[in-house]
Amino acid sequence: MGAMESTIKEVCKRYGNSRARLMDMVRDVQEQLGHVPRESFALIAREANTHRVEVESVVSFYAFLTDKKQGRVVLRLCDDIIDRFKGGGEVGAALCKALGIGFGETTPDGGITLDKTPCIGMSDQAPAMMVNDTVVTNLSPEAVPALVEALRRNPDPQALVTEFGDGNNADPLVQAMVNSNIREAGPVILANYRKEGGLRKALTQTPDEVIEDIKISGLRGRGGAGFLTGLKWELTRQSPGTEKYVLCNADEGEPGTFKDRVLLTERADLVLEGMTVAAYAIGAETGIIYLRGEYAYLRRFLEEKLNRRREARLLGNTILGREGFNFDIRIQMGAGAYVCGEETSLISSCEGTRGDPTDRTPFPVVKGYMVSPTAVNNVETYCCAARIMDMGPGWFASIGTARSAGTKLLSLCGDCERPGIYEVPFGTPLGEVLKRAGAEDVACVCVGGPSGQMVGPAQFGMGISYEELSTGGSVMVFSSQRDILEVAGAFMEFFVEESCGYCVPCRVGNVLLRSRLERVRNGEGTKGDLDYLRRLGESVKFSSRCGLGQTSPNPILSTLKHFRPVYNALVKDGGGTVNKSFHIMKAVEQASAIAGRRSEIFHA
Amino acid sequence: MSDSVTITIDGRNIEARPGQTILEAADAAGIYIPRLCSHPDLKPIGSCRVCTVVVDGRPQAACVKPVMDGMVVQNSTPELLQHRRNIVDMMFVEGNHFCMFCEKSGNCELQAMAYRFGITAPQYPFQFPEKEVDASHPDILLDHNRCIMCARCVRASQELDGKNVFQSIGRGFARKIGVNGERALGDTDMAATDKAADICPVGCIVRKRVGFEKPIGQRLYDTRPIGSDIEEVRA
Repeated sequence: MGAMESTIKEVCKRYGNSRARLMDMVRDVQEQLGHVPRESFALIAREANTHRVEVESVVSFYAFLTDKKQGRVVLRLCDDIIDRFKGGGEVGAALCKALGIGFGETTPDGGITLDKTPCIGMSDQAPAMMVNDTVVTNLSPEAVPALVEALRRNPDPQALVTEFGDGNNADPLVQAMVNSNIREAGPVILANYRKEGGLRKALTQTPDEVIEDIKISGLRGRGGAGFLTGLKWELTRQSPGTEKYVLCNADEGEPGTFKDRVLLTERADLVLEGMTVAAYAIGAETGIIYLRGEYAYLRRFLEEKLNRRREARLLGNTILGREGFNFDIRIQMGAGAYVCGEETSLISSCEGTRGDPTDRTPFPVVKGYMVSPTAVNNVETYCCAARIMDMGPGWFASIGTARSAGTKLLSLCGDCERPGIYEVPFGTPLGEVLKRAGAEDVACVCVGGPSGQMVGPAQFGMGISYEELSTGGSVMVFSSQRDILEVAGAFMEFFVEESCGYCVPCRVGNVLLRSRLERVRNGEGTKGDLDYLRRLGESVKFSSRCGLGQTSPNPILSTLKHFRPVYNALVKDGGGTVNKSFHIMKAVEQASAIAGRRSEIFHA
Repeated sequence: MSDSVTITIDGRNIEARPGQTILEAADAAGIYIPRLCSHPDLKPIGSCRVCTVVVDGRPQAACVKPVMDGMVVQNSTPELLQHRRNIVDMMFVEGNHFCMFCEKSGNCELQAMAYRFGITAPQYPFQFPEKEVDASHPDILLDHNRCIMCARCVRASQELDGKNVFQSIGRGFARKIGVNGERALGDTDMAATDKAADICPVGCIVRKRVGFEKPIGQRLYDTRPIGSDIEEVRA
């Protein structure tokens, strides 16, 4: 038996040779072999009781999994627009120079692979990159040669971390140079709180009473969609099924969002307490935290939290002495796929398949993980739930607005003095938030990430809330020095990259939107192109299957709405019938190459 | 539970059975809702989005949405027809479709859909992607240039043939149909008798050596538009 074969056998056995754990298997195989070789697909399939093509399907879906040989060290430079504006491009160029390779390549000695990746949740300390699972923040081009040299001497990425960040980032199990950057704590989530107070209180009530309290509190999902949490729990509880599940969506992939990273670092117990309350209310025995691959550096820390809670009888059987209340949590690692933040994709991924979304009839509350009733909630939502149980639903409902109860954690980044985490009551005007963050010269704010809205000063008086400016947490600030359409273009690139490709409008439409926006940005567009962008954008929004495609045209549609003069200036000469984007020289290039001679008519 | 529900499609009341999808109920009532990925023998997956209708004000894929009593469905509005046209256009430009040289011409559902919608040329720019042609199998040709990623073959192999010859691989624009073999279709257990060999709506999966047995001009959609078989039920 070859080395590869024995590795695979061992890995698959670790997960009970269960097909549902295929994600974990291929992740572990890659960790041990450096990649998932094509020759291993059939072996893994045999051990996991599935088909070869299913393994290929999973490996080819996730950005962090690959069948190509990689270096022992993989550098993933964050290619988010915030990072680009903070000098990410120069850092990238410095990396290419120091390593002597381009992006997507590996050094000739097989030591280091260089790659780019979308937002890694470090926009408040950009530019940043992942070095394997280790995060390096506040990069500068000047620091790159020494960094590369250090990696050549010692391929252990952790050796790059000489100073730890604030709070629990210095915990022995984290040891990250990441900073939590909590700028303003509010009364609900970041205030000092009674540990396990919510859980203890919940256990004095019946599950139905707990659900009633969550309903009365008005808590809505903090991931952005804003579904009523109490109703979700009630539906999950009422749906027939012997097994029920509580899932925590920690796949914080929306560019510019990093509040869940901070919650998992600084309020991990509160998150877990909230999940346990949910389990009690719903009648679930199993919970899963879906942790995005970018946050792998928090995994050991969270595993230890789970262990401590098991020891303290806060997890496991007979929780806090309550006969019949058994609940435990496992961590499912993601592997670089934004779409997995969509709850049905997240469930697919937890089941070990590619992260394609599924149809939402039936909804996960009826048939979710393992075809059983499942409540999927955001990290922040669980924190709120635990606090509501402790402090009472009336207290929570009294904060915020009538339709948006409580506080919201905002991840502020971009052109402001004090990027970081702000916990504000719902209804707080955007302008107020900007002031607190020290953002003075602001031309545009992207609220809710690329899938949200890009707004201008005319909208700064609007409040952060589900009914006005809705956000899962991302607030990106752009000064008057920034090209707003460069931002929109970067967002479209992001969606093209992250579309799962399942449905036509999202798979194709985003590609078309991106290239037509590019044409306009190049000054080669016409007024007709603006109409094209709007109509195409509306079709993609209207027809796409999941939240990704239903929101992906927003960067274009919201800038067309709020920043029309920017577009108008770019197309002002384009009223005639001349198609400025057509270049005859370029068009005959390929034919000339084939013919082996230049065109008689069109030549330079 | 009652054994019948009533829904409205474009103002017309129709009876449906609980458990039916909107598409199935419409078919039974002689109302054609255009579709490409859906096939009566396969579980619906809602990937092409051509069958998108408006249900109580919200867009939904009719092939996957179950009927509920009192549902109000819009199918034939100018807005919906435009969205569908746009989607069909997208399918044309994302692949390399050359109808005039394609052996599926006349039997191709994508081509027929375009004709039904009056599309003569797509409004979007062709993407001219590089795609593979897999001719490794002795009896079946797999030409990715013509694939619309409807995954009918994936489902037919699993649901009708009890195999697992196909599966989606990759993601986004690079998504494609993969085969369960080390290199190509010839390495799989696909047989000429498989239902999956005849289920492709376009010319991506075709049988070898029979392409022009029936002359162009006498083929399925040469004589009548796609969907007319369903609409005739009403007459």
